[in-house]
Amino acid sequence: MSTEVSPALNITPRVISTQPRRSDKVFRGVVTAGGLSSLLILGLIALFLGWRGFDVMRTQGISFITSSDWSISTDDLGNVVESNFGLAAMLVGTILCALIAVVIALPISVFSALFLNFYAPNWLKRILVSTIDMMAAFPSILFGIWGFLVLMPSVEYWAKLLHKYLGFIPIFDIKVPVYTRSPFVAGVVLAIMIIPIITSVSREVFSQAPLDRIQAAYALGATRWAMIKAVVIPHGRSGVIGGAMLGLGRAMGETVAVFTVLNIVFQINWQMLLGAGGNVASLIILKFGDASPYEINALMGAGLVLFILTLIVNGIANQIVKRTGKSGR
Amino acid sequence: MTTMETSKNMSTSNILPTTNVASLEARGIHAWFGSHHVLSDINLDFAPSTVTALIGPSGCGKSTFIRTLNRMHEFIPGAAMAGEVLLDGKDVYAPGTDVTKIRLKIGMVFQKPNPFPSMSIGENVLSGLKLAQLKVANKDDLLEECLERAGLWKEVKDRLNAHGGSLSGGQQQRLCIARALAVSPQVLVMDEPCSALDPGSTLKVEETISQLKASMTIIIVTHNMQQAARVSDYTAFFLSDGGPGQMIEYAPTSDIFSRPQDQRTENYVTGRFG
Amino acid sequence: MTIIEVKPTKPWAATPADRFRDIVILLGAIVASFLFVAATPMKGKLAYFFTFFFFYMCATAGYKLVTRGNMAARDALVSSVVSIGAVATLIPIISILATVVSKGVKGLHWSLFTTDMSLATPTDPIVAGGLLHAITGTITLVVLSLIISVPIGILTALYMTEIKGRLIGPIRFLVQAMSGVPSIVAGLFILSSVLYPITKAYSGFMGVLALSILMIPTIARTSEEVLNLIPNDLREAGVALGGTQWRTVAMIVLPAAKSGLVTAMILGVARIAGETAPLLLLTGGGDRVNPNPFDGPMGSLPYYIWKSFNAGSPEAITRAWAGLLVLVLLVLILFTAARMLGGKKK
Repeated sequence: MSTEVSPALNITPRVISTQPRRSDKVFRGVVTAGGLSSLLILGLIALFLGWRGFDVMRTQGISFITSSDWSISTDDLGNVVESNFGLAAMLVGTILCALIAVVIALPISVFSALFLNFYAPNWLKRILVSTIDMMAAFPSILFGIWGFLVLMPSVEYWAKLLHKYLGFIPIFDIKVPVYTRSPFVAGVVLAIMIIPIITSVSREVFSQAPLDRIQAAYALGATRWAMIKAVVIPHGRSGVIGGAMLGLGRAMGETVAVFTVLNIVFQINWQMLLGAGGNVASLIILKFGDASPYEINALMGAGLVLFILTLIVNGIANQIVKRTGKSGR
Repeated sequence: MTTMETSKNMSTSNILPTTNVASLEARGIHAWFGSHHVLSDINLDFAPSTVTALIGPSGCGKSTFIRTLNRMHEFIPGAAMAGEVLLDGKDVYAPGTDVTKIRLKIGMVFQKPNPFPSMSIGENVLSGLKLAQLKVANKDDLLEECLERAGLWKEVKDRLNAHGGSLSGGQQQRLCIARALAVSPQVLVMDEPCSALDPGSTLKVEETISQLKASMTIIIVTHNMQQAARVSDYTAFFLSDGGPGQMIEYAPTSDIFSRPQDQRTENYVTGRFG
Repeated sequence: MTIIEVKPTKPWAATPADRFRDIVILLGAIVASFLFVAATPMKGKLAYFFTFFFFYMCATAGYKLVTRGNMAARDALVSSVVSIGAVATLIPIISILATVVSKGVKGLHWSLFTTDMSLATPTDPIVAGGLLHAITGTITLVVLSLIISVPIGILTALYMTEIKGRLIGPIRFLVQAMSGVPSIVAGLFILSSVLYPITKAYSGFMGVLALSILMIPTIARTSEEVLNLIPNDLREAGVALGGTQWRTVAMIVLPAAKSGLVTAMILGVARIAGETAPLLLLTGGGDRVNPNPFDGPMGSLPYYIWKSFNAGSPEAITRAWAGLLVLVLLVLILFTAARMLGGKKK
């Protein structure tokens, strides 16, 4: 490195060039093309959904995301007489369910991750890690049916308790005592689905907490919890937030599980215990079966909105996780 | 540096202890990692207000030994030990001992400086108080005193709220010493505290050690024999002949370097190996 | 001096007395929770759970407060809370597995694997009809998805580990973005770009295209991690022997990463095997065995489960559970295989 060259000589570095052989050129071309496939696919998704949904979105204008009305009437020949497509209730419902899910899942996941990293003996840790990872691979329809048949009665009971004792807080208030298929139920099911994701990201960032700082804290007479508070949490905080956002993105895009447990109503509803909610992805499944071509285009537009929403949330999440260390899965 | 005491009977404290200084005795210490026996039968007495240097080639168990003293050894998976460590006559491994209290009394400075990255310089110094929830009358005075004793006060007094990471390596190490001092330990163990530092910083740390001696018992692991000669009152030479590490010789520092009793010690201190 | 054999000890480990005390506290908390629930109008499993947890927490923290002081009490409190977090994570897993097995077993019978639903409806008695069309359909979908996704996924990974071009940052970002695409959006995309403008008919292949979009990022990310583990010396050795980069990758790097790449494929399969939403939009979900993925509706396990569940009768629900059991077993086998293969590498 320390070559003693007087600046007057003004030596420029020699450019080392190799002429790749033809097979290597082909190889590099093919691999680069493969690498670019993700760009191509994501671009095409936006392009096609936008193209299909363009008509509807232009006709609806801003009311496509601000109104809650979803209706279409056709004459006998199948021509559209009047149509109103508004996603507001579905968007509110999507965000509400996903937020409930994250609020429930985040503390449980962080506690689990702390338990796995700093409390569990090695043999238990190994078993628990594979069990939780396995849970991440469970099909979503399983969560939906289990949630509907097994979990919902319990959750309704919890909802009644919440209403009874915390009803004075507006979000736990409810005008009509209908607790079945509420955003709260959907949120609990989604929470169970995203716990493995947030747990594994948190576990990853906690395990990267610097060992020498951990030892420094212990050497100063810290208890385990004092050490975690002083070293592990400051180190992992942003990674955990990133993991929570990954979970949020997953919860917003979930279709089948939510559709199974949620009662879809085209009305904005912030009362999380009330059995009336919305979800963009479930709307698509709900309306797809007997939709006219024009309505299908509206659903494509809804898909585009959902796509952009999850893209933004996931993008932010990945940036946050990457900043803390290796990206989580 | 200081004149060496020549008295051989260190275990009886003929040096008057100040209120806080404690004696430390290691009795028959063995250590294992899994089935690997790394340290065999170490018996050492550390008199109050003395500096003892542990020297020896890499892998002879010096670091493991001092980590058994303040119970940091047990964090390594598979670690095991035997023997007793007596702090003022009480075994730190006795059942029912509160290990966090032991680590408060036996402070530690690590090989690589490790200030807490999320805290400012001031917060780092006082972090031990926060971690163990100790109450102190005047935090600002304590902060100044600790940084003063660690020889860092002049350099950082105008930027106590700056990040710990903004300091140089040598300053960071002295910050870690100040952090260890803030909980007023009775014994301070130092694991090669200068190995990552430049000569100027090393000199400052050595000055700090000489000043600290009055108020605490200091045990320092070092690879640098000049450093051992400069700062310590007593020196113990550790060696491993492939098996577990053993203590070959222990004597006042001047004796170890001028007239070692064991051939292996002589070979090591004269630089013939190691 | 006598020579005594010194035994390694762990003075920091819990002593029998400590263990005994822990068990006493645990049993005490259980008894206290039973008494408390009996004495108050509370009821239900949740009541036992919370009162037990409350008493246990108080007992452990209180003991530490008396013996060790404030910080130790807080530490004990957090230990309880953190363990409860782990238990709360495990309860749904155990409940789900127990429900699937107990309910699914009732619907299992041999003809399930030999007949399809072409002559039966979901509400017929459970012995009529079977899963054959769904199992063959899912296998067809998975195999075709693999054929499409594996080359693209591995090429993407190779770009990030072997070429390391300028686009490595953006591509890694895009792959991550792609793994967040909701499955319903993937379904809508194939609907709008292939099914409506080109084929105009439901078929298994449409489903395959959508599933591939979901599978590619999983394979790409896992393969990238696996290929990054291959030491650089191997690559340098290949090039130093005069091999082209192409031959080095094909003859040295990929074979060395073989088991890891298989793990990536299995994880990809586990990701899509239970995917439902895009299949509802694209495959048409036929009731008879259809060997041709390019023509006619094709059944699959998720579609079968969905259809049976929505039919609503007790027989249909039993069918859905039987289907779920088969699907979960499939996913578990794949997952265990991936773990074992992946575990061997380390």
